[in-house]
Amino acid sequence: MNCSDFLKELTDYLDGAIDARTKAELDEHLAWCHNCFVVCNTTKMTIEIYRDSELYELPDDLRTKLRSAIVTKCQQSHADTSAKDQAITDKKA
Amino acid sequence: MATIQKVNEQAGSTDELALVESAKAGDISAFEELVRRYDRNVFRIAQHITQNREDAEDVVQDAFLKAYGNLAQFQGQSKFYTWLVRIAVNEALMKLRRRRPERTVSLDQDVETDEDSIPREVADWSPNPEQQYSQAELRDILQKTIQGLPSGFRTVFVLRDVEGLSTEETAEALGLSIPAVKSRLLRARLQLRERLSKYFKRRNGDAK
Repeated sequence: MNCSDFLKELTDYLDGAIDARTKAELDEHLAWCHNCFVVCNTTKMTIEIYRDSELYELPDDLRTKLRSAIVTKCQQSHADTSAKDQAITDKKA
Repeated sequence: MATIQKVNEQAGSTDELALVESAKAGDISAFEELVRRYDRNVFRIAQHITQNREDAEDVVQDAFLKAYGNLAQFQGQSKFYTWLVRIAVNEALMKLRRRRPERTVSLDQDVETDEDSIPREVADWSPNPEQQYSQAELRDILQKTIQGLPSGFRTVFVLRDVEGLSTEETAEALGLSIPAVKSRLLRARLQLRERLSKYFKRRNGDAK
């Protein structure tokens, strides 16, 4: 296995989505290839840093406002649909 | 631990299907509960795609309203959340197209980029790189870095690595094949790593 083969498998390796034999080959490559070891380690850190970051959080007041707007519009659309259904039933009757 | 998690997930998905069924039958409080569960996720995804706060707020509203209006189409073959993410991604892309009509924005084209994904920076990072910066500085670095990715890479990375969707769910939500998701994820991860190395690499004098 060379470095380019290792890179191709990096995503599955980090996600634990590889079979035992491929994993053993990748581990063996990592044991002697310092560059791939660093790339693997820092890619893992990259994922963790983004996963733990709260880059775009919705503030509570805005959340409440948005939710209330959504619910009001859903109620309106529900009422409109029910009125339409009623009109069709009345017409049929 | 894994078993407990699995059981919880199953219980969660049963409970979720019950909420969807109640919402379909006209119970708005059941739909409100679904909004409460996923509004933060939809907002984050929308903000990552549109890179604009007001647009992201609009996307949250539009995506949930569209989901509500189309609940009858949701057959339960996928998770409600995956179905919702697909709607949200489409709404966000439409916003982006309206805002930047001069640039075609699509996720299903293979993204060409000048920056290849072969690692050039192989210096190791400090043990706790994020501690070198204040929270505000770190946020700025992470935002700037991820915003620099092509949108097709960024969206795959956000769904897989930030929001925790599986490869299959990400493929379904984006209408991409599994190999396309894997290839974009690898390139996104490597490009982010490369760019973050500038800020996080070990400096002389750092403790080993």
